[in-house]
Amino acid sequence: MNRLVISKTYKLYIGGKFPRSESGRVYEVLSHTGDFLANAAKGSRKDARDAVVAARSALGGWAGATAYNRGQVLYRIAELLEGRRNQFVDEIMNCEGVNAAVASAQVDEAIDRWVWYAGWADKYVQVAGNANPVSGPFFNTSVPEPTGVVAIIAPQGTESLLGLVSAIAPALVAGNTVVVVANEHAPLSAISLGEVLATSDVPGGVVNIVTGSPAEIAPWLATHADVNALDLVGAGNLDWVELQISAADTLKRVLPPEAGADAALPALNRILAFTELKTVWHTKAIL
Amino acid sequence: MTNSPLATYQPDQRALALIGGEATDANLRRYLHGIPGIDAVGLEARAFDLGTRSIKTSSKRWAIDTIIGLIDLTTLEGADTPGKVRSLVAKALMPDPGDPGTPRVAAVCVYGDMVGSAVTALGSAHAAGGTDGVTVAAVATAFPSGRASLAIKLADVRDAVAAGADEIDMVIDRGAFLAGRFGQVYDEIVAVKEACRRADGSMAHLKVILETGELNTYDNVRRASWLAILAGGDFIKTSTGKVAPAATLPVTLSMLEVVRDWHRLTGVRIGVKPAGGIRTSKDAIKYLVTVAETVGEEWLSPRLFRFGASSLLNDVLLQRQKMTTGHYSGPDYVTID
Repeated sequence: MNRLVISKTYKLYIGGKFPRSESGRVYEVLSHTGDFLANAAKGSRKDARDAVVAARSALGGWAGATAYNRGQVLYRIAELLEGRRNQFVDEIMNCEGVNAAVASAQVDEAIDRWVWYAGWADKYVQVAGNANPVSGPFFNTSVPEPTGVVAIIAPQGTESLLGLVSAIAPALVAGNTVVVVANEHAPLSAISLGEVLATSDVPGGVVNIVTGSPAEIAPWLATHADVNALDLVGAGNLDWVELQISAADTLKRVLPPEAGADAALPALNRILAFTELKTVWHTKAIL
Repeated sequence: MTNSPLATYQPDQRALALIGGEATDANLRRYLHGIPGIDAVGLEARAFDLGTRSIKTSSKRWAIDTIIGLIDLTTLEGADTPGKVRSLVAKALMPDPGDPGTPRVAAVCVYGDMVGSAVTALGSAHAAGGTDGVTVAAVATAFPSGRASLAIKLADVRDAVAAGADEIDMVIDRGAFLAGRFGQVYDEIVAVKEACRRADGSMAHLKVILETGELNTYDNVRRASWLAILAGGDFIKTSTGKVAPAATLPVTLSMLEVVRDWHRLTGVRIGVKPAGGIRTSKDAIKYLVTVAETVGEEWLSPRLFRFGASSLLNDVLLQRQKMTTGHYSGPDYVTID
């Protein structure tokens, strides 16, 4: 007797939970050959709104954690990703139509990228911050602080896992919380990454993953008054100029789309893009 | 509407006629325990069902503005200061400075010693018995526990009324109620009602807080509602907000049913105020639906229905901003309180 295949229901990842879309919609995820792979939740604007609420409530704890602790938590993601690499390799092979070696290389690079960014958590402040010389008896220091809730349109091309990791990891390093719209055509590794995040030490709400149509969801995130920054890295095929304009209404920080092989390469600047420099004056103590 | 002979009685005689004698423990117990019991499963199913209505677009906009106009904006903290009350009043008068068209709330609700500050801060916007403006409600009678002697409770009420409170939110003695001393609860409400009389003979409105979270059963809630109405309460209110669970939809529904029955019996309209635990517009809209379906839309007026809430207003304002601007708003765009 043949065993019945138990296929997985791919849901959203919001506030540490895995809800279905409030709209009840799903869409078919197809393999590179056009075969049916799975039904993924087709997130709506209200799912994005719920995700922003979750991200906002998680912000205080995540931004308030010590940099050392954030680094440990991010490193732990890499550890757990390593443990589930076969699942990711399978999903990438099915979705993207690459062979095992290429898929495996992508997972390796994604894991290494988590480690690379995790290392920056307790170092980027030393590099980007400064003790400023001023003409008076004052200590004057500038330190980068997290911008807040960052909405990200994940890269929509090939390398679905690596693209997603490259987009969300730098925002997390500084203590921002994230709402990310996953790769529309290859969302499976995004939701599986959500499962990794849920079982690692990342507090619920720090990363929120919405699958579905970026064209439908992005305008709501761009205009949302409780989103502080917008990373349009994967929005190259959208009307991203319009998104920038609407983001300007609420003074969001915005990163433009990137395309090609060097999109969202690991860089200190990606971390600093979502920080605000705070400068403090303090009288020098009288000894 | 009503053919009952009760409608023709004077208010103070009505209760006695209904109970069939003086308001003694025995008479009240016979009457209150004679009220049919509540089908708890049926009540909860009905409340859930009323909560599933979909209220969208123009109806939602109407609902949101109605909710704002029904809110008793409340601050009941040990740390309340005159400054905090002033900022509460400022918010009551102008809930959303970004949109001056936003309606005012119905009342501000404060502790008795803060009534003076609230009245001063309201100035000419104080309704003071009129229909236009914001009223001042004061919690009294050793709120929230109600554990004090009657003399102290009455002094508490007189103080607040003398300071200019338009409405008194009293708590019943839950201990006496649960012990079956219904006569004592009844007499206290009657005495507090009398203490609501101002020097000029007019009366401050009396809201009777049942603290349903401590009454344990729906049957007790129904009995306490009848008791409060019989004793002369103008409003019945679910909770102090200091005890969990506070207001729930089934509890409010059961109280509304008593109010409906009383109206059929006597033609008198009693108000209902769910308080505590209502934090989102979505929840508040469920209450509007329940009120309209149980006692009628006529009750959706500040005279007959209020929300006791503090954080609800901010959520309603966020929804209102979303409907006005077309994009989601955030907590940075409403006041922190």
